[in-house]
Amino acid sequence: MNEYLDMFLTFSRIGALTFGGGYAMLPMLQKEIVERKHWAEPEEIMDYYAIGQCLPGIIAVNTAAFIGERRRGTMGGFVCALGVAFPSLVIITIIAAFIGGFADMAAVKNAFAGIRVCVCVLIYNAVLKLWKKAIIDAKAFVIFACVFLASVFTDISPILFVIAAAVAGILIKVLGVKKA
Amino acid sequence: MILLKLFYEFMKIGLFTVGGGMACVPFLLALSEKTGWYTEAQLLDMIAISESTPGPIGINMATYTGYTVEGIVGAVIATLGVVIPTVILVLCIAKFLESFKDNKYVLGAMYGLRPASTGLIAAAGVSVAVLSLVNTDAFMAREWASVVEPKSIVLAAILLILTNKVKKTKNLHPVFYIAASAVVGIVFHFAGI
Repeated sequence: MNEYLDMFLTFSRIGALTFGGGYAMLPMLQKEIVERKHWAEPEEIMDYYAIGQCLPGIIAVNTAAFIGERRRGTMGGFVCALGVAFPSLVIITIIAAFIGGFADMAAVKNAFAGIRVCVCVLIYNAVLKLWKKAIIDAKAFVIFACVFLASVFTDISPILFVIAAAVAGILIKVLGVKKA
Repeated sequence: MILLKLFYEFMKIGLFTVGGGMACVPFLLALSEKTGWYTEAQLLDMIAISESTPGPIGINMATYTGYTVEGIVGAVIATLGVVIPTVILVLCIAKFLESFKDNKYVLGAMYGLRPASTGLIAAAGVSVAVLSLVNTDAFMAREWASVVEPKSIVLAAILLILTNKVKKTKNLHPVFYIAASAVVGIVFHFAGI
């Protein structure tokens, strides 16, 4: 199969299977991009996701563009970004055109309440996999704990955490500061 | 020309929205006041639909708004407006990182970013868990007996076992579990209706 078509279709599948925000995309990325296609290492997915958070725009689209660019340059970036957006275009247009009151249907509400439970479990599993790659020593654990607790208990923008973590990483690795 | 304006407005929303789909809601509200393209009530419908369909929420919102304003062409233009400018930005940064990927500062930053990324995702997981496993109304009313949603807890426990412990089901595609959970949600009335 043409490689661009393969990339477009793979990211379309990820877009169509992402329920919720960009973070819900992670289990799909691990399955499709890391395990099936071997287009990226698990560590890279984390880098792209962290950087994707800090950039303007939609996290899922940014992450897709990063992976596509790494694989096939500028064209690859566009193909993957459009691939992840494509299913929304089709699904939403159909709903907007033909199905009034979609979000109020009992079946839709019940189905999504079930899906949300599943998404929690999938994210938990995804975090377990990431954990082994990211929390490689005590200092990394401190960074994890700070970001996790601050994002659960405060409304501070994640951009600040990402920037602070990058600075802490540079301080630890480059300047050999003992405590982050 | 309305399509050009639609593209321009959504390009602005894309470039000024940082941190995920719901962050674009205030911008969409301002856009409705400024242009009268859709009403506030329509915007609420759009948010509800965007949250209850697959796909990134920001893209869903752009598509729905575009469709409301100018039909299918509007949906395509608004989506491209949100996607293209930010993708260009991502591409520039990706190329920059590639040329500096062995630089010690970039490597140091990555060392810090990975645990931070894991922390952000774990925190997002916690907020979905609170939403789906805890009955917040009961929590606020201090009715401790009904704080947890028993049906959701049972489903979560079964899914955890199937995805981690059972050899045969452990490596199934996530979509299988999502579809099964949707069916369970409908059959057992997970939303309580």
